[in-house]
Amino acid sequence: MTTDTTTPQEATEGPPPRMSTPPSPKRRSWTGLWFVLPFTAVYALFLVWPTVLGLYYSFTDKSLTGRPVSWVGWENWAETFGDERAWDALWNTAVFTLYSTPPLVILAIVFALLVNRARKMGWFLRMAFFAPFVIPVSVVTMIWIWMYQPDGGLINHYLQMLGVQSAETPTLWLQDEGRAMWSVVITTVWWTIGFNFLLFLAALQTIPKDVYEASAIDGANSWQQLWRITLPLLKRTTALVIVLQLIASLRIFDQMYLMTGGGPNRTTEVAIHYIYIAGFEGYRIGYASALSYVLFVLILIVSIVQFRLFSRKED
Amino acid sequence: MTALQQKPRSTAPDERRVVERRRKKVSAGTALVYVSAFALALLWLVPLLWALSTSLKTETEASLGQDIHWIPENWSLEGYRVLFERGDHLNWMINSTIVSTIVTVLTLVLCVLAAYGFSRFDFPGKKVVFAAIIAGLMVPPQALIIPLFDIVTAMNLADTYWGLALPQVVAPVMVFILKRFFDAVPRDYEEAAKLDGAGHLRVLWSVIVPLSGPIMAAVGIFTFIGSWNNFLWPLLIATDPSMMTLPVGLGVVAGGYGLFYAQNMAAAVLGALPLLIVFLIFQKQIVKGVAGVGLK
Repeated sequence: MTTDTTTPQEATEGPPPRMSTPPSPKRRSWTGLWFVLPFTAVYALFLVWPTVLGLYYSFTDKSLTGRPVSWVGWENWAETFGDERAWDALWNTAVFTLYSTPPLVILAIVFALLVNRARKMGWFLRMAFFAPFVIPVSVVTMIWIWMYQPDGGLINHYLQMLGVQSAETPTLWLQDEGRAMWSVVITTVWWTIGFNFLLFLAALQTIPKDVYEASAIDGANSWQQLWRITLPLLKRTTALVIVLQLIASLRIFDQMYLMTGGGPNRTTEVAIHYIYIAGFEGYRIGYASALSYVLFVLILIVSIVQFRLFSRKED
Repeated sequence: MTALQQKPRSTAPDERRVVERRRKKVSAGTALVYVSAFALALLWLVPLLWALSTSLKTETEASLGQDIHWIPENWSLEGYRVLFERGDHLNWMINSTIVSTIVTVLTLVLCVLAAYGFSRFDFPGKKVVFAAIIAGLMVPPQALIIPLFDIVTAMNLADTYWGLALPQVVAPVMVFILKRFFDAVPRDYEEAAKLDGAGHLRVLWSVIVPLSGPIMAAVGIFTFIGSWNNFLWPLLIATDPSMMTLPVGLGVVAGGYGLFYAQNMAAAVLGALPLLIVFLIFQKQIVKGVAGVGLK
């Protein structure tokens, strides 16, 4: 092999060697394959294969009942685009995204700004805001269903105490078509804001102090510092949070399934929920696969946007 | 911010006074920051504290229609006692522990091996395989549930720990994170070990792994939390109540406890406890790990 030795000339002319050791950092051999193989095997079986299989199923009439499968061509796909319930589910997903993203971004920034300045309570505040994030979804929904109880629930109790609500007509939270989605959104904000909050807090803590000191000498007050320095410097993190939020929202399912079961009158039935219903309650694996692929493509588009947005800025 | 409305006393202050006054402004503003932060934190803790309070009441005291009070009049562990007599909660907790442990250990072993292979070796087809794994970053597991269910059922793994765990092991993002870390580890250490006659696995185990403590802790903790809280996959694949994980058991079976709110909230408190403890122990690593997502 000729690559074993590096002459001084090569060392100065070629790209600078990354590591200081001259002898053979990488030799082409099969050894590396053995390291990669176990993961790749599991990956192929549980990610690549289902992706392929799902595409195949979407062109068949495969059923959960196990009757023989036959090829149906584009039939499932055509049905998808004419299926009003599928469009409604997609619409509900969009509504959830639209309702939940602004508070999940803005409140997270507010929390991060507060915690960044209230350093002495840092530990307690971080715990309070982030703790809900590690709690299993079903625990979250159990607690909130209990608090949302129209008669005697905690929330209505306090609203009545404040005089916002009369005891004779208690607010229906999860049972009202207009309010159910909002109720799920409030629960979701409470549950997941901790993650965004930590992202913003980390970004805030990388802003060097002298930026503020310099602007203070120039006569900027705190308000101006917030709008002219802090928030512009959070732009990149905000973009990241919004994209992560979009992807997470497209995959939403757990909270609706547990809190409203998609009701009332399907106003909280989201995309994954309808796929679940078509596949596991309607037994139509083929059709559910086509639905999955539509969602898959949507998420893929958002992910590609994310990839583009953030890999370019890294350089 | 009330502090900002103070008017300057002299029209031509010298520098030192400006600084002094600014310091005062900060301290008044800071008080406001502390008060509002504390109030928001309390508000954020209300649901958890209310669950805890309810769980410590008797069923009659907790039931709807009773007036709302935070401190139980008759302290009672009745809810917890009934829960343990039923036994299924403990069973789900054990299932969750087993499944999450399998997922975490396998993820760490497979991803460390793969990341090391991609970082240190050159082999035929490497670029293609790596590209395929990176592409997996964009595949949402939720959109694969239908064919995945079919595959796992065909393998006769429905209602088994392996069926619950294995599909969760596929985590391209962990390979990516670990590879990036390994890439930055200087090779000198390994060369020294190799000169001493150590094989590749030995080098990985005794040189690289000890150097990667924090990053492996982060990967491990996040995998564990993610797996413990996974809902959709266990919901599909574990239909036998005795094989359910905690989130599924609580969501599907315990939802049927109906009107027994003390018992219900006792289950919620016990369901929240394991990961809250994990979080309190590993708070530093978790905070750093989340920060890493944004500061890449």
